Amino acid sequence: MSALTSSTGREGRRGILPWLAVPALLFFVGFAVVPLVGVFVLSFTTWDGIGTIHPSGLTSWRAVLTDPGLPHALWVTFLVMAVSWAVQTPASILLGTFLAGRQRYRAVLSLIYFVPLLLSSAAIAVAYRALLDPNFGLGAGLGSEWLSKDWLGRPWLAFGVVVFVVSWQFVPFHSLIYQGGVQQIPHSLYEAAQLDGAGRIRQFFSITLPQLKYTIITSSTLMVIGSLTFFDLIFVLTEGGPGDATRVLALDMYKRGFQADLMGPASAIAVILVLMGLAIALLLRRLGGRDAGESQLEGA
Amino acid sequence: MEIPLSRRTLLGMAAAVPVSAALTACGSSGPSKGGGKATYWHLSGMPQEGVRTGAVERFNEANPKGQIEVTTFENDAYKTKIKTAIGAGKAPTIIWGWGGGTLRTYVESDQVDDLTPWFDENPEIKNRLFPSSFGAATVDGKIYAMPFESVEPIVLFYNKRVFDDVGVEPPQSWDDIMALVPKLNAEGIAPFSLGGQSRWTNMMWLEFLFDRIGGPEVFQAVFDGEKNAWSHPAAIEALTKVQDLVKADGFIKGFSSITADSNADQALLYTDKAAMMLHGSWSYGIQQTEGGDFVSGDGLGFMNFPPVDGGKGDPGNSVGNPAQYLSISSKASAEQKKIAKDFFATGVLTDDEVKEWIETGAVPIRKGSEKLLAESESSEFLEFVYGIASNAKSFGQSWDQALSPTAAETLLDNIAKLFQLSISPRQFTENLNKVIGK
Repeated sequence: MSALTSSTGREGRRGILPWLAVPALLFFVGFAVVPLVGVFVLSFTTWDGIGTIHPSGLTSWRAVLTDPGLPHALWVTFLVMAVSWAVQTPASILLGTFLAGRQRYRAVLSLIYFVPLLLSSAAIAVAYRALLDPNFGLGAGLGSEWLSKDWLGRPWLAFGVVVFVVSWQFVPFHSLIYQGGVQQIPHSLYEAAQLDGAGRIRQFFSITLPQLKYTIITSSTLMVIGSLTFFDLIFVLTEGGPGDATRVLALDMYKRGFQADLMGPASAIAVILVLMGLAIALLLRRLGGRDAGESQLEGA
Repeated sequence: MEIPLSRRTLLGMAAAVPVSAALTACGSSGPSKGGGKATYWHLSGMPQEGVRTGAVERFNEANPKGQIEVTTFENDAYKTKIKTAIGAGKAPTIIWGWGGGTLRTYVESDQVDDLTPWFDENPEIKNRLFPSSFGAATVDGKIYAMPFESVEPIVLFYNKRVFDDVGVEPPQSWDDIMALVPKLNAEGIAPFSLGGQSRWTNMMWLEFLFDRIGGPEVFQAVFDGEKNAWSHPAAIEALTKVQDLVKADGFIKGFSSITADSNADQALLYTDKAAMMLHGSWSYGIQQTEGGDFVSGDGLGFMNFPPVDGGKGDPGNSVGNPAQYLSISSKASAEQKKIAKDFFATGVLTDDEVKEWIETGAVPIRKGSEKLLAESESSEFLEFVYGIASNAKSFGQSWDQALSPTAAETLLDNIAKLFQLSISPRQFTENLNKVIGK
């Protein structure tokens, strides 16, 4: 303590700063690295979750990689990722830009929009399942033929519901990010554009959108990586059904591990998920260009 | 050592007392090793939870030295929790379960005690229970669990009001079922309610059709791990029949998005939206409490699953849960195991508990309760269930409980696809032949 407060010189700070990272590092090692290594090791074993763990080489990997369910789960995972990104991003940008205005009613609105994010995924899923029930849900209550479809019982409808509910839950969060991004754009740019006679739409496409480039990359990374871990919502909403229409990789992992007692193959899928997440994160960083890490305000 | 008495030390002591009290309270509530308490985990949800907890309370009152401490869990959460706890060596002393395949995995990893010697020493305990309830407690000839609670056959429930309105009779054969379907659909009433998202609900149909068409040997061959046992001609016929019923709109529209745990499937029956429902006998209690005057007003009918013409199975056969099961964790201390056995001997299925089960509309697996059943308000239903349970030549355990968790998961997955018509009976049997014996 005394070293930190007394030494204000450069030397002293350099000596103490790395040590400040130690607690965080310990947590990271304890709660991220160790389990990750554990899962990697488990993927080369046979274990039913109760008895002894037997090393079994590549058996689990072979079982997973030759399972026709894997390409399907990968495809569903990718589809949920892509479609929910394509739905959420434009909606969040527009909403975020709108909410970035300084009027008081917008501040109130942004608070209301924020509510879905405060609810737990499980609660949201239970609520939507009740609302969409073909016999006792919203459609039956309002007497609407259109609303009382078999929402969770037809593969494509169920997929659409999953994307919709995911978007409903996360658009508020990404709007908030975009709202912050828009508020960072220097006002002088808009003033200059106004002097040149640019309208609102022109301003949006020529100033707001390009200036949001890095915000888009940040938000997209969060969305895409986050979609790899969608589990609770889908588990409660559809349980991967009907059939396996909404069985994403994370759900597949849970079902194999905890319902079918196949910890080895489940761990192999977990490793695949980690690798996918890393690859996608790196890819998105590349897309952002070499200067992605730098401040977007420099030289503005 | 003398502590100078001051306001501060007094306050400090006052604050310390509740803290230490709380600490000791915490210490005794965990699964403490070697302590004077046995732990017992079971399922929450009324009315069954009340009966289970009541039995423990009476036992604790009678045995102040050997207490049992109960923790309850919701059904699906429990399945994951108990497995994780056993795997981590933190199992409760008394493990509540369904017997069958899951019990076998516990046995194979030496997690539960062999109770055969104890039953041999105490034959009176064994002899007062239904003999059919011991099958699912037995692994390789040894008994690893104490059957208790109630027998729950799967029953064909029907709505008498709807049958009267439409002017038709309950089905006496499979052909009757297929003939009823268009008649009921024409009146805008779903022939069968089904909570298809839960998957085990669909499974009940296959259990009966396999038995009625081919007899209990067909599934027994799967259970015994015979190669390609699912490809039996009776199996193909049963699978085809069930898809025929789906194609004929025999099940309520949207059945694959209805879950059984929300009881929406049962609500369809007592709100007259569906005419019939295949469901466990526990559904009776639910319809009694949730269905308004449906049960009391004689709206609910029930029967055993009808025969299939030309089928080999005895129409008196049944399927379902022969009982529920209690095992003792081999990791528990000798003292805890003793408490558990005392509980099995004197605290389980006592006269009081038997009465309480009957009040919930269940048939306890203790012999000689006919008189109590007859006195009950629900005597008609309870005697019907008792009749099935005691007369069935074969009482098959629900497939997903009988098989190992690995095979059961593949089974449920493929059943969902079969009902979705996304795989053919042939593909179903091929997929399941692959996991036989796993």
